[in-house]
Amino acid sequence: MSRVAVLRGGPSLEREVSLRSGTNVELALGRLGHEVIPLDADAHMVRALREARPEVVFVALHGRGGEDGTVQEILEILKIPYTGSGVLASERAMDKVVSKALFRGADIPTPHGYAFSKEAFSKMGAADALPEIQQSLGLPLCVKPARQGSALGISIVREPGDLGGAILNAMGFDDRVLMERFVPGRELAVSVVMANDPWALPLIEAVPLGHDFYDFEARYTPGETELRAPRDLDEATAQDAAAVSIAAARTLECRGIARVDLILDDEGRLWVLEVNTIPGMTDTSLLPKAAEVAGIGFDRVVADMLELAALDT
Amino acid sequence: MSTSDVTDNPGTGAPVPPQTPLVGPADAARYESRFSALASGTTSSVMRDLMAITEKADIISLAGGLPDTETFPREIYDEIVGQIGTDFLASSLQYGPTDGMGELREQIAKVMADEGARVRVDDIMITTGGQQAIDLSIRTFVDRGDTVLAEGPTYPGAAPCFTAYGADVTHVPMDDDGMREDLFEEAYERLAAEGRPPKILYTVPNFQNPAGVTMSLERRERLMEFAHRVGLLIIEDNPYGQIRFEGDPLPTLYELDDGAGWVVYLGTFSKILVPGMRVGWAVSPPQVLRKMNLGKQAADLCSSTYNQRFVAEYLKRYDYREHVARVCELYRGRRDAMLDALAARFPAEATWTRPRGGLFVWATLPDFIDTTALQAKALERQVAFVPGEGAFLDGRGRNSMRLNFSSVPEAVITEGIGRLGEVIGEVIALHEALNPGSR
Repeated sequence: MSRVAVLRGGPSLEREVSLRSGTNVELALGRLGHEVIPLDADAHMVRALREARPEVVFVALHGRGGEDGTVQEILEILKIPYTGSGVLASERAMDKVVSKALFRGADIPTPHGYAFSKEAFSKMGAADALPEIQQSLGLPLCVKPARQGSALGISIVREPGDLGGAILNAMGFDDRVLMERFVPGRELAVSVVMANDPWALPLIEAVPLGHDFYDFEARYTPGETELRAPRDLDEATAQDAAAVSIAAARTLECRGIARVDLILDDEGRLWVLEVNTIPGMTDTSLLPKAAEVAGIGFDRVVADMLELAALDT
Repeated sequence: MSTSDVTDNPGTGAPVPPQTPLVGPADAARYESRFSALASGTTSSVMRDLMAITEKADIISLAGGLPDTETFPREIYDEIVGQIGTDFLASSLQYGPTDGMGELREQIAKVMADEGARVRVDDIMITTGGQQAIDLSIRTFVDRGDTVLAEGPTYPGAAPCFTAYGADVTHVPMDDDGMREDLFEEAYERLAAEGRPPKILYTVPNFQNPAGVTMSLERRERLMEFAHRVGLLIIEDNPYGQIRFEGDPLPTLYELDDGAGWVVYLGTFSKILVPGMRVGWAVSPPQVLRKMNLGKQAADLCSSTYNQRFVAEYLKRYDYREHVARVCELYRGRRDAMLDALAARFPAEATWTRPRGGLFVWATLPDFIDTTALQAKALERQVAFVPGEGAFLDGRGRNSMRLNFSSVPEAVITEGIGRLGEVIGEVIALHEALNPGSR
């Protein structure tokens, strides 16, 4: 039994989601017999952590600040072991542009894409290069803020005239946007446990009902998405998905449990979209569903995450 | 829990550690399959989640709809509470009639007389805030699929009621003189021709939330004429009528209806006194009131007796109009600060309303700006507003925003509007960079 501080909330746009994740984590830790100290990641966080003197911190934050290496750096300085990935791995995973480059370097299949910063448009006339990008990626294409979770700011461009608006929308969430080839297919997620000998939980398919894709509302409204363990996939595909997911998490040097989002296209090829270093733990999230399908239960996943808590240095 | 656990913890003892629930994420499905259609209709939205951040202390929030409760004098509060203890202890701690306390209803009739309307005390029902009056009136008239007319934008707090009861809302555009009467009649005729005439019109004629505009006298008269001719029931929601900074008061629709029974009037003490007491009211013909009474019995039996007594005692001892005057004085300064800041700091492409009362300014930005995405950027600069999409049920309003001036000191308003202006300016510059030919 340990003294565990659960960091949740925080100032990011995913504050509400984080509070929901945090509640589930706190309850699980309680059932596991730990002493739980819930903390909001606000302006008093460092002081509160010093006062609370936890043996380990469970980071249940999502998005900017909590998932991008910021909180991790603070915990490194305070020398309190924490769950999930370290500073650099968090930064790499949070930035879809950086992780895409690393995936390509490691021969991990990922859709082709281009990224532009705000400055590229405002100071270097990058808008004039948009036709070439559209030409190269084809339509539809996907526009995403480089660093933002929960699919906020993501849109699928289907008409040539919509690219500018999609970029403007994504820029509302980050100063850098990724334009990515849209790969139609099934949306899969594999949660990987990055122990000494990494292993994967069963893959889960997200089937958004009545939504264009697995967007914010589909993610967090019960009943708007069906999460299921696909029965029609052959064992080889499931094995491949697990292997490529572990490879992706390894490439970014993730720790703890990470969730890898993939697309299985119509030809049966797998594409890695991104790695989440702090997977959602809400009632409608993929990792809890994977734990349920695996038959190990949510509490065991929380216990594993705690077990793998560490410091970079 | 055994009985010994309870007796071991007398009221003054140590807090009982909460039981750790055995319910985990996998159990969510248990409830999902059991949720009513009504509960399932409420969805998660980006906007709602973003609004959660605006409650953090370091954010300049122009998002609230809050009156300033600092204006309520401490001595008066103490005096009233003391008086309740001396004279009304038992009765103010007891259940009360569903329609509300008789004495308070008489006082409400006087408050309405101050706005020019003559009301029968028996036609008044006290509700738990104006919000309950909205909920009760909509559920009394609207069946799933019924058409309803409302201003566009409409009060964001009414939107969940419309959604819950399955109203099919058609929004009627507004200008500086309130709801466009011509477009209103057009919308009515169109729906009637389709064989689904609107069941009700929901309107906030005075200093509308969120638009800030007021329906002109001419339009009020024409609206009532039309309503009488076709037989349209109107829900007149008037929380802000007395929060007037300039100009002459206009007659309420209820007054213009002149006893014909086509207007259900909703009022509240939230803006003219304090919102925390949750005392509002509805005025309607007895036939309607009986149905609303049944709805209220199911909802909460009666509004807080204690709070009703507080308001009644206040009205007995003090002239609430003096409090209203103080509030108006304060808000007028804040409105001026907001209008000045908007003129100085918002880009030329933006437009906004100039409210002569109430709590809100409604600003409209170029149509390529999505104010929900803008909110994300604004929150990075620690400033918040209400994105316009919340005031429409048909997906419009995406380039508009509601700005509240009543709950923020003038200097903070200036700072907040300044930051917003910068954020909007950046988006406009970016849009120009993305569309080189647009200038």
